[in-house]
Amino acid sequence: MNQQPPVPGKEPALAVSNLEIRIRGDHDTFTVVSDMALSVHPGETVCIVGESGCGKSITALSLLRLLPEAAHVEAGTVTINGEDFLSMDQRRVEDFRGEQIAMIFQEPLTALNPVLTIGEQIAESVRQHRQVSRRQARARAVETLQLVQMPDPERRSRQYPHQLSGGMRQRAMIALALACDPKIIVADEPTTALDVTIQAQILGLISDLQKRMGTALVLITHDLAVVAEVADRVVVMYSGRRVEEASVYDLFDNPVHPYTLGLMGAIPRSAGGQVGGRLVDITGTVPPLWDLPTGCAFAPRCPRADSRCHSEQPPYEEKRPGHFAACWEPDNG
Amino acid sequence: MTAYIARRLLLLIPTALGIVVLTFGLLLLIPGDPAAVLLGENSTPESIARLRQSLGLDDPWYIRLWDYFRALLTGDMGTSIFQGQPVTEIVFGRLGATFELAIVSLILSVIIGMTLGVLAAMKQGSLIDSAAMLFAQLGISMPIYWLGLLLMLAFAVILGWLPAIGRGEPLPEAIAAALSGRPQVLMDSLSHLVLPALALAANTAAIISRLVRTSMLEVLREDFVRTAYAKGLRRPRVVIRHALRNALLPVISVIGLRFGALLGGAVLVESIFAWPGLGQLTITAISQRDLPLIQGIILTFAIIYALVNLVVDLLYAAVDPRVRLG
Repeated sequence: MNQQPPVPGKEPALAVSNLEIRIRGDHDTFTVVSDMALSVHPGETVCIVGESGCGKSITALSLLRLLPEAAHVEAGTVTINGEDFLSMDQRRVEDFRGEQIAMIFQEPLTALNPVLTIGEQIAESVRQHRQVSRRQARARAVETLQLVQMPDPERRSRQYPHQLSGGMRQRAMIALALACDPKIIVADEPTTALDVTIQAQILGLISDLQKRMGTALVLITHDLAVVAEVADRVVVMYSGRRVEEASVYDLFDNPVHPYTLGLMGAIPRSAGGQVGGRLVDITGTVPPLWDLPTGCAFAPRCPRADSRCHSEQPPYEEKRPGHFAACWEPDNG
Repeated sequence: MTAYIARRLLLLIPTALGIVVLTFGLLLLIPGDPAAVLLGENSTPESIARLRQSLGLDDPWYIRLWDYFRALLTGDMGTSIFQGQPVTEIVFGRLGATFELAIVSLILSVIIGMTLGVLAAMKQGSLIDSAAMLFAQLGISMPIYWLGLLLMLAFAVILGWLPAIGRGEPLPEAIAAALSGRPQVLMDSLSHLVLPALALAANTAAIISRLVRTSMLEVLREDFVRTAYAKGLRRPRVVIRHALRNALLPVISVIGLRFGALLGGAVLVESIFAWPGLGQLTITAISQRDLPLIQGIILTFAIIYALVNLVVDLLYAAVDPRVRLG
């Protein structure tokens, strides 16, 4: 169930297996993520794609053990640089956060503290993980701001989040994540809150820095255009489960799962054979997590579903070398 | 920041003018003839009329307002009808005691309120939370004079640990004495101060604790708190540097408002504990219908209140850059 495409000669920086996350509701608990697995190597970008509510953001939070109080990891492991992160004591978890694994959040305006300057917030992280003086930490903050191409980094470091534009705030957020050279970066929809014109810049910046520094990047997005731009490998999630996983080329060339196909149909294309073509949407909505169908969770919305799809959950298996999917593929069977 | 302070100081001028007009107008509306009261039951209409004239009570209101205003500019708040001394002198003689009581109460209520509020928020739903909120409920619902009497009964009468009434040396002098090797003077001052300060602080401490709790619970759910954890910061640092600092914003503005309540409460507490401050003076002045003295006291209270709110606004600006930098 949890095979990963092997990358020879390298240990993954981040490995997740069998991850199950549950949320406490008013009366009972229900599973929001199940059987999640992921492995990300240094320098590699893995995108987790899916609609809102598919469990991708909560998966991201669990990678830093930052789940909200109502949620908890029920089963599975998260291994960071070979160490079991989920069973670590609190102290060591705190040492790992920021230093080994850092996070870029979606909305930089609320994710940055309004009463501390950008420089203070970055320097604070540096001082938490490195034995440096206040002055050295501030210098490091300016240096990271320079790295993320913040205009006038010296002056900006002394400003507060509300004094920066949206794009600059996200640059500051990225600088914050990079300040201690983490091995792994988890970016949760890092461009969603930004103007379209800025999105490409920020995405390019993240991707560029990640390649240069050899960081393992987990990028959470709902936007396949983003995936096409930066991903090496892609995991498609639906209703808390993986439904398809492949290298980015393989996925776009030969998508297996009807849901993936549906997502692709929803991307506007300006070139190629589809000029003037209509966008195809996926009919229906995501089923609520506390009321999942017995068979494939996508079956109620799937144009190809047959009776087996509705009654039995398809296994997640390797359809082609390195290309995994959970689908009965009724047309091919 | 300098420009902000200058702007706020300039705004104080119209505020002060408004206060003067209001205190003056308020007294015109109050029934009762001070001249008649002053002369007692055996007065004749003629003697009352004479006295009214000599006190200037017969002049039209705008002349009296103008005279009052002009005198104020030279620091002259008139002369007390009963004590025959300048009001300024009387008020300033009492101001220190009230200030000491109010400031110590404020500090006490901030310390107690913040500690309880933070603890309750950190341990939401626990026994600590319930205990803190029970205390807050008591503190808010118990009238000051009742609490004052209870404290006096418990600690002064039954246990005999603390003096029931009066005041020791003023705190600054007492601290100086302690520094020059006479700590018993300071101990005496503090022992007199504890009960009235606690009685006065309880209400504000309760309000602050509830406010800090709510505000902390809200801030602890903010995204930037999660970011702080994501950076690897330890919990105490996240709570104090990231959460508490943001949670303090609403608390600071409430402290400003509560200072007015503290001055009002001082009137009650000072009477109960025979604390020789402005509050006690207020009650005497009102019962004697000593108009100039009442005016002087109200004016002083109002100006202190305005000044404290100025300080609060500046504090707010110091803590929240969004206010300071617009």
